Amino acid sequence: MINLNAGAPKAPLAEQWSSYKANCRLVNPNNKRKLDIIVVGTGLAGASAAATLGQLGYNVKSFCYQDTPRRAHSIAAQGGINAAKNYQNDGDNVFRLFYDTIKGGDYRARESNVYRLASISPEIIDLCVAQGVPFAREYGGLLANRSFGGTQVSRTFYARGQTGQQLLIGAYSALSRQIAAGSVKLYNRRDVLDIVIIDGKARGVIARNLVTGEIERHSAHAVVLASGGYGNVFYLSTNAMGSNVTPAWSAYKKGAVFANPCFTQIHPTCIPVHGEFQSKLTLMSESLRNDGRIWVPKEKEDVELLRQKKITPEQIHESKRDYYLERRYPAFGNLVPRDVASRAAKERCDEGYGVGSSGRAVFLDFSDSINRLGAEAISARYGNLFQMYERIVDDNPYQTPMMIYPAVHYTMGGLWVDYELMTTVPGLYSIGECNFSDHGANRLGASALMQGLADGYFVLPYTISAYLSNEIHTPPIQTTLPEFHTAVHGVADRLNQLKETKGKTSVDHFHKSLGKIMWEYCGMSRNEAGLQKALGLIGDLKTEFTSDVSIPGGMKEYNPELEKAWRVQDFIELGDLMVRDALERKESCGGHFREESQTPDGEALRNDEEFAHVAAWEFKGNGAAPERHREELRFDTVKPSQRSYK
Amino acid sequence: MIFTLKIWRQKNASDKGGLVTYKAEDISPDSSFFEMLDQLNQQLIAKGEDPVAFDHDCREGICGTCSLYINGRPHGPLKGTTTCQLHMRSFRNGETIYVEPWRCGAFPVIKDLIVDRSAFDTIIQAGGYVSVNSGGIPDANTIPVPKLDADTAFDAAACIGCGACVASCPNASAMLFVGAKVSHLALLPQGRVEAEHRVQKMVATMDSLGFGNCSNTYACEAECPKEIAVTNIARMNREFLAAKIFAEKEKQISFTL
Ligand SMILES: Cc1cc2nc3c(=O)[nH]c(=O)nc-3n(C[C@H](O)[C@H](O)[C@H](O)COP(=O)(O)OP(=O)(O)OC[C@H]3O[C@@H](n4cnc5c(N)ncnc54)[C@H](O)[C@@H]3O)c2cc1C
Ligand code: SF4
Ligand code: FES
Repeated sequence: MINLNAGAPKAPLAEQWSSYKANCRLVNPNNKRKLDIIVVGTGLAGASAAATLGQLGYNVKSFCYQDTPRRAHSIAAQGGINAAKNYQNDGDNVFRLFYDTIKGGDYRARESNVYRLASISPEIIDLCVAQGVPFAREYGGLLANRSFGGTQVSRTFYARGQTGQQLLIGAYSALSRQIAAGSVKLYNRRDVLDIVIIDGKARGVIARNLVTGEIERHSAHAVVLASGGYGNVFYLSTNAMGSNVTPAWSAYKKGAVFANPCFTQIHPTCIPVHGEFQSKLTLMSESLRNDGRIWVPKEKEDVELLRQKKITPEQIHESKRDYYLERRYPAFGNLVPRDVASRAAKERCDEGYGVGSSGRAVFLDFSDSINRLGAEAISARYGNLFQMYERIVDDNPYQTPMMIYPAVHYTMGGLWVDYELMTTVPGLYSIGECNFSDHGANRLGASALMQGLADGYFVLPYTISAYLSNEIHTPPIQTTLPEFHTAVHGVADRLNQLKETKGKTSVDHFHKSLGKIMWEYCGMSRNEAGLQKALGLIGDLKTEFTSDVSIPGGMKEYNPELEKAWRVQDFIELGDLMVRDALERKESCGGHFREESQTPDGEALRNDEEFAHVAAWEFKGNGAAPERHREELRFDTVKPSQRSYK
Repeated sequence: MIFTLKIWRQKNASDKGGLVTYKAEDISPDSSFFEMLDQLNQQLIAKGEDPVAFDHDCREGICGTCSLYINGRPHGPLKGTTTCQLHMRSFRNGETIYVEPWRCGAFPVIKDLIVDRSAFDTIIQAGGYVSVNSGGIPDANTIPVPKLDADTAFDAAACIGCGACVASCPNASAMLFVGAKVSHLALLPQGRVEAEHRVQKMVATMDSLGFGNCSNTYACEAECPKEIAVTNIARMNREFLAAKIFAEKEKQISFTL
């Protein structure tokens, strides 16, 4: 029986977390030393969790697929991290951050988790500053803030355009300190391929050593998955090349339910696709929308002339530009939430006003800000982003507007977790982007970094002790147990099968095909017929993959194609689940836009009567249809309303 | 565009390895260097051959995973640019391009173009952190930090740990990498507290891992994709000297006690 009770403490919302901490069962220091914890992932969530658990005295085993923890995908986050510090005295507080997050998520997130997140946010900044994170500062020496989409206060802390890098280096340094102290053991260049469950509890993982190809067993009293998001199911996304769903997917297949898989965030400001050979997309931070104005030409003639390169964007007169976000959403203008901004761009391009050679791009123009503040001020804020843009596109954004288009960026869906961040498998936790918990159907900018660090530094270290306090009599788990044997054999068999297929088609080819299906039918807008079609196409792709994939190289060596093959096989199965989820959710909310459910002026139309719930999918065996469960969402504090940014 | 590629192939750490010549054809000038290698690898896979292994992840110049000597230069011809950010438009059509892994004792080759840089992790573990726990931290604005200090610390903290500085140095010195970390933390009041101990431990660890000495050629600064300045090395040297004096003093104090 699947139990989807979140188990938030029975207390008024604002007191739940303090009440939880006051009553939470702890493990004494002598016992902590006898307890092993596996943490998969060294991004903000995983590194902060491993470091804190190590600091508390547990025995931690930390895993990442990169050569060093410092390269986890969190490193790429640009814009910033939110916190309800109210340093600007502009009316911010914990409640407002909570409210903005619930509303931004289009009322599909759990109030209790989100409130806790908002209330922890100020502490994160304190800790990061103490670690030496060089956040931006004002001349008086105090911390600076900027504003981000979906909010009307300035609560985002940042370190130029490299906030994720600086925060991750902070977490990595804390982790390194624990590695030196011997409380954390690092397993780098490992691919975690399976979760081992013994008597219903998570007790270990099976990992492939990416250098030697060896299949290894690792045991623990509890397992934490912090393996990031699954945006790479679309092939082209802003995620790192290696980002994957595999640890989460193996958890799903071992009984952890997967929540809201179809909730994907398509980020409005990315560098447009420019060719078939393209391997990834590059984000231009949302913070650019603070000083950049988004527009397309008002007239199709100008669009035509632009495409033929007969005129440049600067030559189009002010009166002939359509600043469509400012036009449609006067209150928030260029700072509407991401889902709204992305759909608005798609709408203009679908109508034929898109620019660039493909017609799938809009302008992001800094000329007003440069005139007002000077190029130097703009460079101080976004210098590295402008440089990055110029390298890729070969255009100078100080002189001509950037061209941008939406791209897959973040996945709100993930493993279902309760208030304690535990999945439906006892002893198996999920934190960071890997879980589904805090962002509902749309994440606000600068909130993923906040969530990852809140989970890792401040939430999990408490909640895991509640579980481990019952494990203090469990001796170290032996990796010779039959469950480990079975799991190792399962992994070895699947690897052999992949290797022995000896087909003709490369893994990348399948990945690209999957990406196209997902983007076309399960991307920025979705409809019944398209989704039905996608189900069939994915089914075919799956069959083709099993019979025709080609993987050169050996098993017992560094073999990137074998690595990718496993991941892509998981992505194909995940794609199927995402489509099913999108089919069943016959409403529009946040990043999930069902064409059948929209207001007359084309905004997302929720259906709270039928869909104010989390959809949590249970694996029912290979080939069988998964079962959809619901966790009903209750909004006792914030009353759901039609989101309006007008 | 068309290119002749001379790529270092090496099966594993114990294999001798050597350059192999490939042709890359039909390459768009807008494709990145790695997209060009992807294209080559697709051809190799189609022929049932082992694709070229290279390290990469973010492909946007921030994770520090990518490496490569391209025509003898770490991260290729462009200043302040990682290999993953290079585009083929920076090369001449028909050009012959040499592609090799970092070469230095402290970074042994794993396969083809991939090297093991875990020595950098070991150096950070020796002291590249501030010893704070996640609890009982004062409000972040309690200690104002002059903007200039914060900005200078940031400039040093921008290091991506790629190892190009070591790869470019005739002595395989890691001084720029270590200097950047020492400076980042020493410039901030939060990191100042442990500065003396940090610099000593990190330098000792660096020396023990087989990195060479600095002889002021400044190749590191020229090749660093994040343009980390050699002034960080000077700062580290000052810190190191001060730390030695500090250590002497500490010894005397404990002696008198
Ligand atoms: C370009 C970009 C910019 C962003 N900017 C912002 C921003 O400004 N503000 C914000 O709040 N959010 C931002 N985000 C989102 C945010 O960066 C991520 O959601 C967040 O960093 C995820 O952190 P994480 O710790 O959950 O996972 P990740 O950082 O993705 O880490 C995953 C970890 O899991 C490990 N792992 C994965 N699979 C395996 C496996 N099979 N075996 C072993 N280990 C594995 C990896 O090695 C890695 O260590 C941005 C995202 C992108 C793509
Ligand atoms: S100092 Fe520069 S070259 Fe050296 S590791 Fe850091 S970023 Fe790379
Ligand atoms: S791949 Fe990340 S810096 Fe080059």
